Amino acid sequence: MIMKSDGFIRITAAVFRKDTSSELRTRYALNALFLFTLTTLSIILFSFQSATVPVQVHAGLLWVLIFFAAMSGLSRTFITEEDRGTILLLKLSTISTPVFYGKLLFNVLLLLALTAILTILYSLVLPGFAVMSMTSFCISLFLGTVGLASASTIIGALIAKANARGTLYPVLSFPIVLPLLLTVIRATTIAMEDPAWDAAMDEYRVLVSYIVAINAASYLVFEYIWKD
Amino acid sequence: MTDIRITVAGLRKDFNRRPVFSDISFDLSGGRTLAISGRNGSGKSTLLKIIASLLSPSAGAVSLTIDGVEIHRRWTFRHVGMVAPYLHLYEEFTALENLTLIDRIRGSNHTASEYEEMLAMVSLERRRHDVVRTFSSGMKQRLKYALAWMDRPGLLLLDEPRTNLDPEGITTMKTLFKEQRGNGIVIVATNEEDDAVMCDERISLSGVPPPGAPGTGRKGGR
Amino acid sequence: MKAFQAILGVWLSAVIFCALMFPIVGEITRWYEFPVIPGLEQKARILFFHVPLAWTSVVGFVVSVFYAIRYLRSKQIDDDIKSSSAAGLGLLFCALTTLTGSIWAKFSWGSFWNWDPRETSIFVLLLIYGAYFALRSAVQEDDKKATLAAVYAIIAGVTMPFLMFVMPRIIESLHPDPIINTRGKVSMNSTMLVVFFSSLAGFTALYFWIYSLKLRVARLEFKRSSAGE
Repeated sequence: MIMKSDGFIRITAAVFRKDTSSELRTRYALNALFLFTLTTLSIILFSFQSATVPVQVHAGLLWVLIFFAAMSGLSRTFITEEDRGTILLLKLSTISTPVFYGKLLFNVLLLLALTAILTILYSLVLPGFAVMSMTSFCISLFLGTVGLASASTIIGALIAKANARGTLYPVLSFPIVLPLLLTVIRATTIAMEDPAWDAAMDEYRVLVSYIVAINAASYLVFEYIWKD
Repeated sequence: MTDIRITVAGLRKDFNRRPVFSDISFDLSGGRTLAISGRNGSGKSTLLKIIASLLSPSAGAVSLTIDGVEIHRRWTFRHVGMVAPYLHLYEEFTALENLTLIDRIRGSNHTASEYEEMLAMVSLERRRHDVVRTFSSGMKQRLKYALAWMDRPGLLLLDEPRTNLDPEGITTMKTLFKEQRGNGIVIVATNEEDDAVMCDERISLSGVPPPGAPGTGRKGGR
Repeated sequence: MKAFQAILGVWLSAVIFCALMFPIVGEITRWYEFPVIPGLEQKARILFFHVPLAWTSVVGFVVSVFYAIRYLRSKQIDDDIKSSSAAGLGLLFCALTTLTGSIWAKFSWGSFWNWDPRETSIFVLLLIYGAYFALRSAVQEDDKKATLAAVYAIIAGVTMPFLMFVMPRIIESLHPDPIINTRGKVSMNSTMLVVFFSSLAGFTALYFWIYSLKLRVARLEFKRSSAGE
């Protein structure tokens, strides 16, 4: 017996809506992300002042910010369920896969929103930030964010079952996302230097394969995390 | 009456490589009720969770059959309603929201009046727009009953059913118990003798057995 | 077993001898001479140790992932013992690889660390091993520990290839690529190749021998901790 596809989508959407409503109401992750953005941008602005910064540094710094923002905010979907005991309620209501995808969707959208805001603020606030190909820039931001959110979600599901989560999350995530980060930093740098929209085509291919690979692995593996 | 049957054979659960209980077996069909008794720590809640497919057993099997069709472990939840102290509600949502959100995640879709009916049955209809964080423990327990009962499950699992309930709440609980008995199976895990006597059959878990002992499940009839 | 150990001992000793003693000359006249590889000269000798060490760290990881998958399907704790033992040994070999690589880097390119793709990937492998054990220590129950560790190993296994194979294609590497290289050509002569592959085989055998010992210890330890509670 398998779940019908339209039922699956409806339930994934239901999980997504629950998480979204919960977040809008409690604002745990949103607050953490807001404070994080504010603090880090201030620190960076303070340290750079009016110095001109090479393009590669901008790209790298931006993605470091996005990575650490992801580390502050993306584990909450799973951790709150475990800590509050509501995970049992979910286990009595549905199977593993729609729960994972509902939360994945939530994390992807949360991180996309954060990346957009962070990038806009970053570009306004820091001197010497210029983008040659806006299309390329947006594509790399999008792909990098989706990849980062995907990896962060499955690792978040993993650590929700362990102790010492705070330090464990970046420690586990960093080796997993490093290939993604290196590739997307390169793609973003190219987007800032080269006006051709497809100059970073090789990098896009790598990013897309990464997204496919990590999502395929997550799909296969989540069931084992879910089952006790 | 749902054509439901649950068979449990040779169930054992280990924690830290030591068995909490072993060799638990029983067989129930629609209309039967079972009490699982035993002192604290004897594994009553663990056994209930295994029946609900929330935990895997270390040995043995649980088999649920509906209308002659065996239900795979993965889909057990569809036929189970559970009330337990370790089952928590979403405190940031209202009573009504808890019902609607969980309902949608289950894939069902009751009407607004059906939700109100459910809440009225547990005397919470006037607090339906209040956030669960503001509820007393008795009200939360009643809401858990509403959630468990919403889809008229074939198997109702109650862990310490009268926790936090006032006399009115206990009456509601007993009404649900009786209705479910006419509809399917009830399994109750409890320390309270008053709860245990409601059931036809009883199993006693006597705690961690010494190494080498044959088993701990004893079926007592009434 | 004793015979195997003896053969392994002799084999590796022979490899080490050849690696260190065979002269490196511009014109090859004798069978036991190595050619000069431009840019490396005497430093090329570390090839016989560093590359097999790197190779075995990856082998350790692959074995670990293999048993991780086995564990998830079988739920037999022995598979998890195999997986974590492979990882522990892989961690050791990985640390040694990073160390020897760092030394080589200092002598060849002037600094201990350069962030070229190969260096980065072995560093990431080290991080993965570290994270794997950090995760294990953060969980108390055996079966949960085994499940979560297995899941992490698999996720890491999926993303590692990206670093190992995709990155060097995109970014220019400082690493000499004397064996299989789409751009360069093989510049080791047959003697060197023989010694090199012997070293590879020897180190791999060494890994599996130590692994079998480690496995025995781990299993005994597990039995002891189950019995004496």
